[in-house]
Amino acid sequence: MKNVLLASYIIVFFSQFAVADNSFIHNVDVRGNTGSGVRGFTEYQKLQGSVFGEIEVHWQSESTNNSFTTTLFGRMDSLDSERTHADIREFMWLYYTDSWEIKAGIGKVFWGVTESAHRVDIINQTDSVETPDGEAKLGQPMINWSGIYHWGTVDAFVLPYFRERTLASIDSPLNIGLFISDAIYESDKKQEHTDYALRYSQTVGVWDLGLSYFKGTDRAPVLAPVVNSEGIQLVPYYLQIEQAGLEVQATLGSWLWKLEAIHQENNRRNYAALTAGFEYTLISIADSAKDLGLLVELHRDSRNGQADDPLQHDLFVGARLTFNDISDTAFLVGVIQDLTDSDSRLAFIEASRRMGDDWTVSLDGRMYLSETPENIIYGLRKADHITLEATYHF
Amino acid sequence: MLLKYSAFLTATLLCLASSLSFAGAQVVSDSANKDSKGFTIAKEVQDRDSGWGDSHAKMEMILSNKQGQSSRRTMELKTLEVAGDGDKSLTVFHTPRDVQGTAFLSYSHALEADEQWLYLPALKRVKRISSANKSGPFLGSEFSFEDLSSFEVEKYTYEFIREDTLAGNRVFVVQYTPKYSHSGYTHLEVWIDQKEYLFRKIEFYDRKASHLKTLEFNEYKAFGKYWRAMEYKVSNHQTGKSTILNWQDYAFKTGLNDADFNKNALKRAR
Repeated sequence: MKNVLLASYIIVFFSQFAVADNSFIHNVDVRGNTGSGVRGFTEYQKLQGSVFGEIEVHWQSESTNNSFTTTLFGRMDSLDSERTHADIREFMWLYYTDSWEIKAGIGKVFWGVTESAHRVDIINQTDSVETPDGEAKLGQPMINWSGIYHWGTVDAFVLPYFRERTLASIDSPLNIGLFISDAIYESDKKQEHTDYALRYSQTVGVWDLGLSYFKGTDRAPVLAPVVNSEGIQLVPYYLQIEQAGLEVQATLGSWLWKLEAIHQENNRRNYAALTAGFEYTLISIADSAKDLGLLVELHRDSRNGQADDPLQHDLFVGARLTFNDISDTAFLVGVIQDLTDSDSRLAFIEASRRMGDDWTVSLDGRMYLSETPENIIYGLRKADHITLEATYHF
Repeated sequence: MLLKYSAFLTATLLCLASSLSFAGAQVVSDSANKDSKGFTIAKEVQDRDSGWGDSHAKMEMILSNKQGQSSRRTMELKTLEVAGDGDKSLTVFHTPRDVQGTAFLSYSHALEADEQWLYLPALKRVKRISSANKSGPFLGSEFSFEDLSSFEVEKYTYEFIREDTLAGNRVFVVQYTPKYSHSGYTHLEVWIDQKEYLFRKIEFYDRKASHLKTLEFNEYKAFGKYWRAMEYKVSNHQTGKSTILNWQDYAFKTGLNDADFNKNALKRAR
């Protein structure tokens, strides 16, 4: 496998520095977290328990601008065999100067500005069994060169290996009730297909801009039910795509105006999609230290009802209450309303706070509402759930 | 006749002009007299504290409530002095552990809105954030963002109040009135050391002009010609809460430049 080869190159490279640096151990920093969670599915009357942990080991050379970071993650789950998984989140060498950087190994990159969808973000595959909001990502093998100029920052990526999206197994209510078969690919090279990406980003006064281009395997699979000898199975199919992305944020006082738009070309159906909206923060509400953020984002996809993405014509409205207290207590409530099928919506609540110095607790509740069988949400209409997690940080 | 007349007119106009400007000058200098002493002191504070180039320090923050419960945060700060504008700073949080690695990049400006970005290490996300929230609490402490941003002379108007003595030190007491309309304060009373032109104490008056909190600067240490308080102590008189900042490992002119204060540097910060 290419990434194993790449990794061994990196180890050899890294070990030179390890020998050269006398104070090797002093420059190593270990951090991480471990915890446990329980999720209750209210309609299925099912409980899903899990334990998880993440450890990060970082080494920074004292005399040179080299660093190396390894982050390992794992979870054991009582209900969903696909959620019992481990991943190398990071295995990355970094060298930097004042005007450029190079990274090689496995890592994570985020692009984007909006909150309720990340349309432009494409480097990493989504670890969708981890969190239903799609924020968790799998480590992506890459070489990334970054050039920093007065006229903007240019990032070039070579992505030599593809990671398949994690999908809930049939035992989980978050699966729509079908076995998932092995993935199939448009490219003969399958996971070995090398992808490329380029991004330009710049800040001009109140504007933060990003322009990106990606050519390679789409991170989102087309999920098609197929009848075969094993019955009906869901087959993830990964297309070859070319995608251009635009991100814009204008920061105007208490208003953040945001736009993310993509145009994708593939051999099935070209499309454009966008998410646009704002975040407005009311500071020190009712003479307290609390801030209230109001979020509104509109989603549009040119494929309309044929989109694989549920956010084809939807409106997200949310409110974030930040207590600004010692425990960093925060609440986020939101609704994503389908504007085509008015009976389809997703409602959620997220809450978190610190307990003592080293623990955090979080609560995450989701309700899927739909009476339109053609709507993607319909398949999840009985998957309402509430998750409570406690995490110890070290 | 025409000439004479015109000469007369010119003289009259000149006279009028000069008397106007004289009257104008008197009005300005009347309020400026009070103002100008306050302004001169504030300017002197800034002038004596300029030319330090860049600095690097560690900071411990201890938050306590009325019941005596306390919580500790630690962070590391790099600051770059920008001539003719506000400073650039990069702050990385070490504890509490759940926010470890979260980093904050700020370009402060004298009169325009500051530019601020937050780096969230779990998501690897850089987020441009609003700098309008100057009056909000910094990390749940009794400090607000505006208390910790750089004191540029242009940000306030000044009025000299009196001379006084504070813990054996001769001080000027100067009233600072924020020009920024969303400031959490109507005014600040600042106790400035007469010998070294450094802040000894600040009393903050909230939007209702009542005494909200007091910030004391303790344990001053000289780094070359630059003075830094090793302890900041702020007490909120309305809630009984307090916050102490302990500064450690201060270093100046460490060789930082603009490249240490961009988004790439923010993502690398630990």
